[in-house]
Amino acid sequence: MKNILIAGVGGQGTLLTSKVLGKYAQIIGQDCKLSEVHGMSQRGGSVTTHVRIGEKIHSPVIWEGSADIVIAFEMLEASRVKHYLKENGVLLVNDTKILPMPCITGAIQYPEGLKEKMLSEINRAYFITAADIAREAGNEKSANVVMLGALCRLFDFDKTAMEEAIIACVPEKFKEVNLKAFALGYERVK
Amino acid sequence: MKELMLTNEAVARGAYEAGVRVLSAYPGTPSTEIAESIAKYDEIYSEWAPNEKVAVEVAVGSAVAGARAMACMKHVGLNVAADPLFTVAYTGINAGLVIVVADDPGMHSSQNEQDSRFYARSAHVPMLEPSDAQEAKEFVKLAFEISEKYDTPVILRLTTRVAHSRSLVELCDREEVAIRPYEKSVAKYAMMPANAIIRHRIVEERDCELAEAVNGMEINRAEYTSRSRIGVVCSGVVYEYVKEALPTANVFKIGTIHPIPIKAIEEFSKKVSQLFVIEELEPFIEKQLKASGIKCRGKDIFSLQGELSVAKILEKFERTVTPVPDRTPPRPPVMCAGCPHRGVFYILNKLKLTVNGDIGCYTLGAQPPLSAVDTVLCMGGSVTMAHGFKKALGASSNNVAVIGDSTFLHSGITGLINAVYNKSGLTLIILDNSTTGMTGHQQHPATGKNIKGEPAPAVLLDDLCHACGVKDVAVVDAYDLNGVETAIKNAIASEEVSVIIAQRPCVLLSKAPKPKAKVDACRNCGKCMKIGCPAIRKTDKGIVIDPVQCVGCGVCAEVCPFGSITIDKEGK
Repeated sequence: MKNILIAGVGGQGTLLTSKVLGKYAQIIGQDCKLSEVHGMSQRGGSVTTHVRIGEKIHSPVIWEGSADIVIAFEMLEASRVKHYLKENGVLLVNDTKILPMPCITGAIQYPEGLKEKMLSEINRAYFITAADIAREAGNEKSANVVMLGALCRLFDFDKTAMEEAIIACVPEKFKEVNLKAFALGYERVK
Repeated sequence: MKELMLTNEAVARGAYEAGVRVLSAYPGTPSTEIAESIAKYDEIYSEWAPNEKVAVEVAVGSAVAGARAMACMKHVGLNVAADPLFTVAYTGINAGLVIVVADDPGMHSSQNEQDSRFYARSAHVPMLEPSDAQEAKEFVKLAFEISEKYDTPVILRLTTRVAHSRSLVELCDREEVAIRPYEKSVAKYAMMPANAIIRHRIVEERDCELAEAVNGMEINRAEYTSRSRIGVVCSGVVYEYVKEALPTANVFKIGTIHPIPIKAIEEFSKKVSQLFVIEELEPFIEKQLKASGIKCRGKDIFSLQGELSVAKILEKFERTVTPVPDRTPPRPPVMCAGCPHRGVFYILNKLKLTVNGDIGCYTLGAQPPLSAVDTVLCMGGSVTMAHGFKKALGASSNNVAVIGDSTFLHSGITGLINAVYNKSGLTLIILDNSTTGMTGHQQHPATGKNIKGEPAPAVLLDDLCHACGVKDVAVVDAYDLNGVETAIKNAIASEEVSVIIAQRPCVLLSKAPKPKAKVDACRNCGKCMKIGCPAIRKTDKGIVIDPVQCVGCGVCAEVCPFGSITIDKEGK
């Protein structure tokens, strides 16, 4: 059983990432449930999607203290949902900052030292410069797929099945850049 | 072959397999994808209706005429459609009729947290509630069977976590269902007192029959274990939470949320030492059990508000401590960079007007730094509340109404007619972005396209307003702040009803390369920060504009008092 929580900012591709993982579960013949948020939250707000893969899944939603893996596409969002991790769970973070509107207007400060705090609290926290790697692959927007590459490496997910899932979920014209982003994500993490 | 489907897609698949011929719907989170998915099946005629009342009436018409029909909406949409709902319960149907309603506990994208289960009870209409995608598909088919067997509309109720979760679904073929011949029956289909009195009696007989029948239905089932003596009654997504949190508990899963299978639950209650009802929102099941003398606990343990979760159940039953989040700055949704609504709200804020707002992306105009919107009630409520302000306070009301194009067509028109007829002096601003934005860009009667994206006749908003009796209709470019300001000043000075149509398509509709704003010699005055554009960031050395987000709308350049921002058309 794997509980994977994906957190990001609306527009970063959290939905696509969960769809790829759902397809992956199907390819390897496991039961799977996903939970998504649509509507108002997608307008640049915090977005989470839930992926559960295993023999038999009931709840489509992951609960606090039960996630094996949290994938966060932004630092503040990682901090917002890290309490979903179970003990010894893995936190995988795209090392980037996107200011929320209250920070843009100056009403609230974007917190300092988030990365250091998470590294000190969580044994298995990984920070990946996914945006840079994605740019190298040819499209900054494929940072989510870079993260999937890293996930595959860290967790011994079936690489070929994941590639197959990516091909099934992304539009034909973005196939190549996404596979490249995936490969780079896989290579860069140790 | 199983497919990983969004439950809303599975509902659509269920409609397809059940031989549905007609679908009418108005978009609303979390129900929108049902109609969008049905539109992909050529065997089903599908349409976007201007509102939910229209959608239900169309579906009733098709069902009475003899074709299986469906209407879909979010919970508040059922309020709009309540009028036909309560009476179609009397007339009954000819071919099957299923109304899908999606509640939003936790209000992920809604203005209230109403519990639509009560509609089933008060309208005397059976209601089914599935727990996942596979069940949703099966329940749709069962709903049509029940509908035709008992001559009644049936409601399928979803909640956000069911509607917007994906799980594996076994696909079946479509079963073509022949058109049932329509036979004239004034006593059945023309509801006036003499006929309705007789039909009301039939409704009650049907209620009694169904209340008995549901006890034997397979979708209401007891799951016993030998490892625990407690029993839990639940339905929908809560069933999945209970199975996860309390794997050893005895569970009664309700599939027919109205009428609930009281006798079967009573049987179940006798086999357990303590009975719990776990349900989201109101104590709908619990109160009925208690009224039947079945001892149980429920809302003395769980909240009436928000969603339940596995963690919330574990807390109560296993005394676990749920980890809490760190204090983190919120990240509320914002208007997109280049959103055509932004400039209008900037001007409204600048003019210090009271703004009666409405439902859509532009509800975000209430958020800082624009902070322009004062009130938001319901679909169409901007126009009518603004009229109420005018009648209460006269000229000193200093208010305007703001509504989107889709919402105006949904239920703003009647309010506008009321304002003209009752001499309001109202100013209405229609933010016309040529789409239904918030729910993800659905067509509507003024976009010129139908649900399948095919060309369709377009209602012209300015002509429509003229036809409602408005003499003063101004059409402005939503990006032209001076034009918007002048139009608003003229309109509020007028003693007659004025409409301003602020036009610009939603910025997300066009994928073409966009120009970018360029900053030169910024004096860091902070004026452009007042438009709340997510692409603009303030630094010690002046503002920085993110070229990835910027679409060159030019609103920041218009508010900059020093001409430091220019639009670089070459920067495409």
